[in-house]
Amino acid sequence: MVDKKVNITDKASIATSFYKAIKSFGTALPVLIGVILLIGLFKVNISSKLISSIFTGEIFRDTFFGSMIGSVLAGNPVTSYIIGGELLKEGVSLFAVTAFITTWVTVGLIQLPAEASILGKRFALMRNVLSFLLSILVAIATVLTLKVLT
Amino acid sequence: MKFKKEKNTKKSSKNLYYNFSFLIVVVILYIVLFFLKPDKLINSLYASWDIFVSIIPVLILVIFLMGISNYLLKPKKVLKYLGKKSGFKGWFLAALFGILSHGSIYIWYPLLKDLKEHGMRTGLVAVFLYNRAIKIPLLPIMIFYFGIYFVTILCIYMIVASIPQGKIIEIIEDKYIGRRGENV
Repeated sequence: MVDKKVNITDKASIATSFYKAIKSFGTALPVLIGVILLIGLFKVNISSKLISSIFTGEIFRDTFFGSMIGSVLAGNPVTSYIIGGELLKEGVSLFAVTAFITTWVTVGLIQLPAEASILGKRFALMRNVLSFLLSILVAIATVLTLKVLT
Repeated sequence: MKFKKEKNTKKSSKNLYYNFSFLIVVVILYIVLFFLKPDKLINSLYASWDIFVSIIPVLILVIFLMGISNYLLKPKKVLKYLGKKSGFKGWFLAALFGILSHGSIYIWYPLLKDLKEHGMRTGLVAVFLYNRAIKIPLLPIMIFYFGIYFVTILCIYMIVASIPQGKIIEIIEDKYIGRRGENV
């Protein structure tokens, strides 16, 4: 009898977990569709020339710009992977894309006021500045290691 | 309790409003493009459709893994294992819980504040937040775009980088507290 009760509770908990997952995904869906439509728009209307004028292929410059853009933008990490993957196809360097997807999730300029008000201004500022700097190092180290190993 | 529920509902409807506003702005851009360059509009829609179709299987897998992660990890469990004087275990668990944690980051701020007030090391809070960047349910889509080698190397470096970040924050905080005699 007790086992049966536990089983029912467990099933309900699994159902709730999946309901939450679908709900959370559903909330992000309009942005996801918006981003995909925006990428389609960019792919057709923005020339590779323009992209390569921003990302010149110079390691530090590209990584810095990638980090800057990722820090300002925010949202579901899936969005950053899609944008990053498409940028890569357009010829943007892996250094810039890695820095971009890393800062997207580790640096949150948009969340900064909330983080500062709850966890403290000093902590939030230090954490975001360090995350920004570390993202540049992580991006460079990742791509160089990948080049050595593959 | 009722107040908290109302606050959450307000926040989620605000998020939904923001998300739809973004989509509406993109749709407006498409409408503008329709009047300026109708041929490019069709090409843009085709390009978007191709991207969407290619990621559908991965998105389904992501939803499944998110459900599993929701079921296995609850914020209360994290509270149980991340106390003060946790030593190496604390750093390891902070990184692990950061990786396994799910949902919006806002959910975790109050819990982390609570843990901090109960003696959780500041460095561990930073480690937890940095490792939130690694999302197990989202790894398939990351691998789809960047390959398994890249994802593995990036994840390892991110976990490693979170430790000096936590240490540096702790050193600075300790120095500041020592100078000001303040209690953070």
